[in-house]
Amino acid sequence: MRPDLSVLLLTTLIGAGQGLYLALVTVQVYALFGLLPAQDGRAFFAPGSAIALVLLVTGLAASFFHLGRPERAWRSAAKWRTSWLSREVIVLPAFIGLVFVSGVAHFLHYGPVLAELPSGIPVDATVVLGLVGTVLAFALFLCTGMIYASLPFLREWASPFTVVNFTLMGGASGFTLAAAFSVWTAPSLTPFLAAWALILTLLAFAGRLASLVRNAKLRPKSTLQTAIGIKHPRIVQTSQGFLGGSFNTREFFHGRSRGFLRSIRWLFPVAAFAIPAALLAAFVAGAGAVLLPVAAVVQYAGLLAERWFFFAEANHPQNLYYQAIG
Amino acid sequence: MTQLALVIDLNVCVGCQACVTSCKQWNTSGSAGPLADFNPYGADPTGTFFNRVQTFEVGEYPNTQTVHFPKSCLHCEDPPCVPVCPTGASYKRATDGIVLVDYDKCIGCKYCSWACPYGVRELDEERKVMTKCTLCVDRIYDTALPEAERKPACVLACPTSARLFGDIHDPASAVSEAIRKNAGYPLMPEWGTKPSNHYLPRRKTAVRIHEDELVRSDNPLKIDGLLPKPAKAEPSLDDVTSW
Repeated sequence: MRPDLSVLLLTTLIGAGQGLYLALVTVQVYALFGLLPAQDGRAFFAPGSAIALVLLVTGLAASFFHLGRPERAWRSAAKWRTSWLSREVIVLPAFIGLVFVSGVAHFLHYGPVLAELPSGIPVDATVVLGLVGTVLAFALFLCTGMIYASLPFLREWASPFTVVNFTLMGGASGFTLAAAFSVWTAPSLTPFLAAWALILTLLAFAGRLASLVRNAKLRPKSTLQTAIGIKHPRIVQTSQGFLGGSFNTREFFHGRSRGFLRSIRWLFPVAAFAIPAALLAAFVAGAGAVLLPVAAVVQYAGLLAERWFFFAEANHPQNLYYQAIG
Repeated sequence: MTQLALVIDLNVCVGCQACVTSCKQWNTSGSAGPLADFNPYGADPTGTFFNRVQTFEVGEYPNTQTVHFPKSCLHCEDPPCVPVCPTGASYKRATDGIVLVDYDKCIGCKYCSWACPYGVRELDEERKVMTKCTLCVDRIYDTALPEAERKPACVLACPTSARLFGDIHDPASAVSEAIRKNAGYPLMPEWGTKPSNHYLPRRKTAVRIHEDELVRSDNPLKIDGLLPKPAKAEPSLDDVTSW
């Protein structure tokens, strides 16, 4: 498949935004139970939500460049009963709205106590908003992953790894970003966030390597024999029916050499997982906090390469019909 | 239930591209808008087509067959492109089973083309919406046309009658009969899309000669020449033995 920059930006940016918001909620829940020092809404949660909001809105804006008719994008909420894309189109703005409301509530210190836990801990409005946001963030990971995982004949995508890895990679990049963000806003939290970022980065590394191994073992279900329905071991296309290009020759092929594809396959695990994990581990082991922003930037660039490879690796069966110009 | 479809006979298709050009001519001239071409006479031409004729070589020289293979939307009975559409622009008509795109609702997200294993949907680069074969829906119900012409343009254009059009749910229709009698098959059955368009395989026209056709059964002794003349008194059975 052709990796479209707008979709690469959409999936990586909203993943990081979701992960960052989940990191904020994690801090808040830990602080609720007294496991971490409580943070001021205006100094920590509101700017954190603002960064998440910028990531999410930028991702949403990028997605419009994928559309041929962006002015009709509002129509795409219609078929949520059958289409994962439609579900994403509903959940993403809902999540953006919730992050906005939650950030504003933190900024205004608006926190009426809505309930009380049996142990006497008060649950205020920002906690409830955070929990709803958590549900929406995971729902969004599910929708984004299922857009790809629900296409059975794109076999590189049609596996639970797609959803799990989107979640883990979004979480890893978001927590790394949160760790870097806390260097300036809440240094007492930085070791906690960096440790979680390291764990999530290693989990995402494992998940992505597992999917690479799985995809390397795939044998195509569709062949030229099933494509044209003729039983013979040797079938060669001599003409695809036209001399120039078409939508079919552009949309379903990455347009780069095999060598380029192979080099990205080696590059992205290093940039998205190995280097950030090493930097995070070095920080946890006592190195300087300057490593964390570096880790966040390297990881994001690595995830862009990962997403490029995710698309380029997927081999659409329609390519069987477009192999020879003649 | 009606399911309109094409049945394409690979045994008689000669790859002349008449169906491709007639399809393009009809569908670029209709009220739904043009099928845009870019650089048609330039170095890198591109354009939107609903129908393509491809050529495959089967086997190894000297035992080869050249197979011309027309490909357009198969109007699947279980089309994977329809449920993925976020706007409902891609739909399958309940009345006749034609899979269509509502060009006024399509947002050009290309997701349906990803969801089609056959690669028969093409995004029109000028209108920025997904386009595909309509089975000439603006022709087949047009009562202003003579009844014989209420067929897809490609079917009318085919000089060898390699393309049949009809209702594959009606067991008495010509298409159903062709599928049944000539082993019509669907493409890529492994995905469970149940394509409505079927293809008829290449068939060798073999002359079957039985043993008794090589050796005259009425000449068991293999004696050539005229049979001995029976005597005049002998009874005659037919022209050969009679006077």
